[in-house]
Amino acid sequence: MNWNELIGMIFIGFGVAFDVLGCLGLLRFPDVYNRLQAGTKCVTFGTCGILFGIFCMNGFNSLGIKALIGIPFLLLTSPVGAHALARGAHIFGVKLWKNSVIDKYKEDRGEKPSL
Amino acid sequence: MEIYLLILIGCCFLCMIRAWLGKTIPDRMVAIDIMGTLAVGLTAILAVITKRSFLIDVALAWIFLSFIGTLALAKYLSHKTLDE
Repeated sequence: MNWNELIGMIFIGFGVAFDVLGCLGLLRFPDVYNRLQAGTKCVTFGTCGILFGIFCMNGFNSLGIKALIGIPFLLLTSPVGAHALARGAHIFGVKLWKNSVIDKYKEDRGEKPSL
Repeated sequence: MEIYLLILIGCCFLCMIRAWLGKTIPDRMVAIDIMGTLAVGLTAILAVITKRSFLIDVALAWIFLSFIGTLALAKYLSHKTLDE
């Protein structure tokens, strides 16, 4: 086994571990916003780790270059989608968890803060 | 590599459980969005295992399709039409 294959397998292993942790957070957290935070951070870093590991394994051929191109696209699109989902859920009327402390977006929309 | 593929399929099943159990509509939307991001990594690992480099093109297209679908669902959540 070469060095680049070993480094690639280590990066893919980190990525899969982050994916598992993100999905456990998605399943176990109590609120929409908490679930969105856990899932999006861990799954974005996990999938970027998998793509970077594939680039390390293959080098500069067609598969490795396309995997490397996929990383900035994923880093640009995934947080924007998560932000749009959180804003839509707040406008839709999903309540916060009962132990949540502060809700700044409700003040920005001109309503009185309830806490 | 095949054990990584099996672990990612298990993660997709966890997302499906959340989409099935979720109390509100945004819960299900978050689960489907994260399942799209998982499918990108799953397709990329499948491209390495089968040594067919066109599967990474499927992964690149899947990123943008998942993004557009998430934006459309978020627009639906905030009580607006799509051209507003």
